[in-house]
Amino acid sequence: MKFSQSKIRRTAIAYLFLLPTLALLGTFLFYPMIRAFILSLWNYTPLSPENHFAGFANFQRLLSDSEFWHSLKNSCLYLIVVPVIIVLSLGLSLLVEPKIPFINFFRAAYYLPVVTMMVVVALVWKQIFSTDYGILNTILIRTGLIRSNVPWLTSSRFALFTVMTVTIWKGLGYYMVIFIAGLRSVPPQLIEAAMIDGCKPHQTFFHVKIPMLWPYITLVAIVSSISALQVFEEIYMMTQGRLGTATLVFHIYDTGIWTQQGGEQEMGYACAMGVVLFLLIFIFTFFNVKMMGRVHKTGEGV
Amino acid sequence: MIKQGKTKLYYIMLAGKYLFLCALVIVFIGPFFWLLSIALRGSGNIYSLRLVPEDLTFSNFTETWTKFNLQRPFVNSMIVALAVVFLNIFLCSLAAYPLARLEFPGRQFVFFLILSTMMIPFQLYMIPLLLTCRRIGLDNSLLGIILPSSVGAFGIYLIKQYYHSIPGDLEEAARIDGAGELSIWWQIMFPLTKPALATLAIFIFVGNWSNFLWPLIITDREELYTLPVAIAKLSGAFIDKTQYLAAGSIIAITPVILLFLFLQRYFISGISLGAVKG
Repeated sequence: MKFSQSKIRRTAIAYLFLLPTLALLGTFLFYPMIRAFILSLWNYTPLSPENHFAGFANFQRLLSDSEFWHSLKNSCLYLIVVPVIIVLSLGLSLLVEPKIPFINFFRAAYYLPVVTMMVVVALVWKQIFSTDYGILNTILIRTGLIRSNVPWLTSSRFALFTVMTVTIWKGLGYYMVIFIAGLRSVPPQLIEAAMIDGCKPHQTFFHVKIPMLWPYITLVAIVSSISALQVFEEIYMMTQGRLGTATLVFHIYDTGIWTQQGGEQEMGYACAMGVVLFLLIFIFTFFNVKMMGRVHKTGEGV
Repeated sequence: MIKQGKTKLYYIMLAGKYLFLCALVIVFIGPFFWLLSIALRGSGNIYSLRLVPEDLTFSNFTETWTKFNLQRPFVNSMIVALAVVFLNIFLCSLAAYPLARLEFPGRQFVFFLILSTMMIPFQLYMIPLLLTCRRIGLDNSLLGIILPSSVGAFGIYLIKQYYHSIPGDLEEAARIDGAGELSIWWQIMFPLTKPALATLAIFIFVGNWSNFLWPLIITDREELYTLPVAIAKLSGAFIDKTQYLAAGSIIAITPVILLFLFLQRYFISGISLGAVKG
């Protein structure tokens, strides 16, 4: 009797500790999330008297909405940054992992873009990439590498890729730090043993370090692909979604809130796109975990 | 002779490596100097390639500050970032305590529920969140920017892991002495987790200082703009001098860069702690 009473007391205390957190998450995360799924089935625009349940009409409309498909394609295309980020940040971490003089300075320098707000980063790069007066074109012309200005941000052929380089530039330092932690987790004895067995540096890298780093590579792949699918600020600041550069998140914002081209805030329809984004991220993370796990296992056999 | 050749090669390699590292420094912090260079230019040619302008002036900073009334967004950003930091420190610590230290039914489920929020993209629920905030009168208020970020899975996870590394003796002794759980948490555990709390504080500060999408959506009154929103709106508006935009940008990023320069080790340790979860 006494035992169960103290157990109830303990449980009550535990949930009292959790109460503020659960209340806040409930109000500002779980409830809106559930409502997003519900609204995706509604024809909903704020202040409209004709909001009504629409079943899967929003999703049907998505199927034939070329703007949506284009933004979805752009978001998937944006995933090109993931392998680039993995290779470059791993390379960067190999450069700065050894403790040589001034190395902390170099690490800090490469990390600086990470702590800088994207709004400012995008502004600076927009200036640098500017077609007529941008410093990049000026330098390239003066050094004779190009003969006429490259329309980095003013042609639909380049714009999205130009924006991608900014995403990569800003993120590299972050992933570099993750890989430094990964390299530190490789036991030095393992490297020594491989060297004694006659492994050349590149062999120890591919056959010892890479398999040991696999969990970290998976982590970087997951984190960077989630953020690539959520890209927004770069697009908002650098192209405003023009020249066919709207990504899925930008399109959600444009449809549900901003309505750049006029018209109403189609919130239900935007929520349906949000559901697609959620599924995309879910599938991608799942895929990453599965694929990476499998490659890792076969890699171990080699 | 062979040995000498080898050391020579070694030094050449090392010099080459430093040269490469320096070239990368230009890639990563060159754009910051370029921004500063533009901010320091007088009314002369902003497109000239000179890094140190001929007509060097600091007046752009003061002019931008007064002309566009940047004090307002600066103070707003400070209030938002600091409030979110304090709320997170207390709420994450409070929630992590029973999850790490108490036995109770539903513990695993609650922890899983909290962690699962990491999988949910903000853009999925931002529109209903906006509707909720409008309904309860939080739209167009700083509180509306603050409250949705006031607690998060990352912080709870970080502090919970740290709690696990603390031995249970102190707590047990306090419990035998008849201390309640709240005072055990506040007087014993909370002070012991200071290093993890400092890391969390810095991460939350930087993240919220730079946060853009939510403040952009929830506020449409100019006096509630945070710095990123103010800078973004400024860049979209017609202004007579690019120098002003550059100066405003420098003002916006300086606090976080200073924080980074002085507290570097916390930044690195935070990511490493976060990376362990993978």
